[in-house]
Amino acid sequence: MIDPIEPPPRKNPLIRTRLPTSPPKARSRTSHAFTRAAAEGRFVLQRCGSCGTYCYPAREACPCCLSSAVAFVDAPRRGTLLSETTVRVPSDVYFRERAPWRVGLVKMECGPIIVAHLHADCEESAGVKMSFQLDRSGQAVAFASPEKETPNMSDDRQWREMTADPKFRRVLVTNGRSAVGQEAVAALKSAGAKTVFVGVAEPWKPLAGEKLLRAQEGIEIVPLDVADEKSTMDLAADIGGKVDILVNTTEYIRSGGLLDRRGTSVARDEIDQAYLGFINLAQAFGPGMRMRGADGVNNSAAWVNVLSVYALVNWPAFGAYSASQAGCLSLSHSLRAELRPGGVKVINLFTGPIDIEWFQTVPPPKVAPRAVATAVVSALQNGLEEVYAGDVAEEIRQRLAANPKAVERELGGRYRS
Amino acid sequence: MEANKLVELASAVSSGAVRVVDLTFTLSPDFPVIVLPPEFGQAAPVRIQQISRYDSAGPAWYWNNLSFGEHTGTHFDAPIHWFTGKDLPNNSVDTMPTRDMIAPACVIDCSAQAAQDPDFLLTIELVEAWEARHGRIPARNWVLLRTDWSKKGWRDYANLRDDGAHTPGPNAAVMRWLVEERGILGFGTETIGTDAGQAGHLDPPYPAHHFLHGGGRYGLQCLCNLDQLPATGAVIMAAPLKIQNGSGSPLRVIALLAS
Repeated sequence: MIDPIEPPPRKNPLIRTRLPTSPPKARSRTSHAFTRAAAEGRFVLQRCGSCGTYCYPAREACPCCLSSAVAFVDAPRRGTLLSETTVRVPSDVYFRERAPWRVGLVKMECGPIIVAHLHADCEESAGVKMSFQLDRSGQAVAFASPEKETPNMSDDRQWREMTADPKFRRVLVTNGRSAVGQEAVAALKSAGAKTVFVGVAEPWKPLAGEKLLRAQEGIEIVPLDVADEKSTMDLAADIGGKVDILVNTTEYIRSGGLLDRRGTSVARDEIDQAYLGFINLAQAFGPGMRMRGADGVNNSAAWVNVLSVYALVNWPAFGAYSASQAGCLSLSHSLRAELRPGGVKVINLFTGPIDIEWFQTVPPPKVAPRAVATAVVSALQNGLEEVYAGDVAEEIRQRLAANPKAVERELGGRYRS
Repeated sequence: MEANKLVELASAVSSGAVRVVDLTFTLSPDFPVIVLPPEFGQAAPVRIQQISRYDSAGPAWYWNNLSFGEHTGTHFDAPIHWFTGKDLPNNSVDTMPTRDMIAPACVIDCSAQAAQDPDFLLTIELVEAWEARHGRIPARNWVLLRTDWSKKGWRDYANLRDDGAHTPGPNAAVMRWLVEERGILGFGTETIGTDAGQAGHLDPPYPAHHFLHGGGRYGLQCLCNLDQLPATGAVIMAAPLKIQNGSGSPLRVIALLAS
């Protein structure tokens, strides 16, 4: 059993902030199948198409029959901890700073033996559940957890390095006016966030749910219009050093593609809010987050983008909106690389149509704002990078993997919602 | 007019014998803009994007790129802004006569009524009562409605509720009367529009826009410091940007008054 982590004390201003370091990041191209699985929270291993043998680590041929048909498939997670080692003086700077560090050999039920990072509650000869996690260099590593839930399980020091748990962290939700934003505030607060800053643009407009937000301890309404450079910079000047998790809930949804719209004003607003807003947020908050990646229990940990799944493939009924989301998706990849030296994760959460007014005429299934918020918290707690919230998003993901051209044609076929 | 009278005026401005009052809010992203139902096109808010500030993007100089809708901040409405004025000659900010950019103002103080009732409407009776004290409103004068609305915090200033904005303005009869019976040059307010917040429910809807622009007259809104102006005697300088076929523009509005 592990002790619960304590709320971090206020920062000692006389002590230098530790700069983030990265665990080793070299991987083979084939190994990135694990990166992909870790990003999505799946567990895969290579399995020989000829003899059925599971193998690990990644390789080009089956260790049993030398067949080259070794595809990555979803694999059973159960295993047994054969042996464990506590590394006390590692030579690698990242691990040296975090020593002692436990690793072990896990014999998988499906065959291979895997060297894994260990949750503190894993015991020798006992069963473990294996996952691939993204470490702070953004690469997949094998991680063994106890089979059953143990007390304070998510407070494990090594697990917390792999995740971005909101517990005791300070979160900025950029758009507190949207339903998703408001649900995210509630979900993050109940997940143990110390403070949730709630961005509200145009404070001169009434804010739904304002009394409820103001009544709760640990929720602070802050002025933030992400499309406005000065507003974003001003907020970062105030709280930039205290944002451990940023949840970008920017929402500007208008229907229409190209021909049924007149002019560019709506497209301009879409770009202003979503794309330029992203850039303003990144320039204002990114450098501080990248620098604070090793700043104690409440170090900076993650940046979450709530994106439309139509960032991946255009839905012409919301064609220009889809394009604005695609732009943000591309920015997120740049941001991910730029934040990596700080160990800060960039999580993209894709949704289908959300059950809000802007998708009123779209038939179900639609994803509930609360479900989106729950998915945000779960992604942070599990350290994921790509999350598909709701049936539509998941379906689009699968269909895109199968035949992107078919998805294009089919979405185009119902371009009037 | 003798040329030296003009020079005399300039000297009086310089010496302070003629006071110059700024009736303009600072053009900033924070200032409320008109809100239409989301299905309509919206006025782009004011955006100020820095090009450089003595930095690597420009080591010795500071400058910004600006963008905003024509109807943001303290701004001017030209006749072409409303359908009633769309076919008039010289109805846009670039073609309007320059002589209309300088004119005296009659200031009607309704701050007491507006403090009592955010939906206060100016009526003919109230203007007639004003005329009984200050004389008939001369033709080609600005009429400025003082409500002290500009002194409010932004949320109270916009005063948006579930059924829209609640801010003072003129009723339909007085707008028609001011344009047709008094021949005013234009009408100015401290609120976000020349019309009241609930003016969409008047007949005709948005009577200030309807009658002013239909009559080739102008609007000024988001004015401040009207409390510093006398009921009569101030001269307003309101020269909008010369935007091609522009329907209006943010501008600096100043008032000259004998001190």
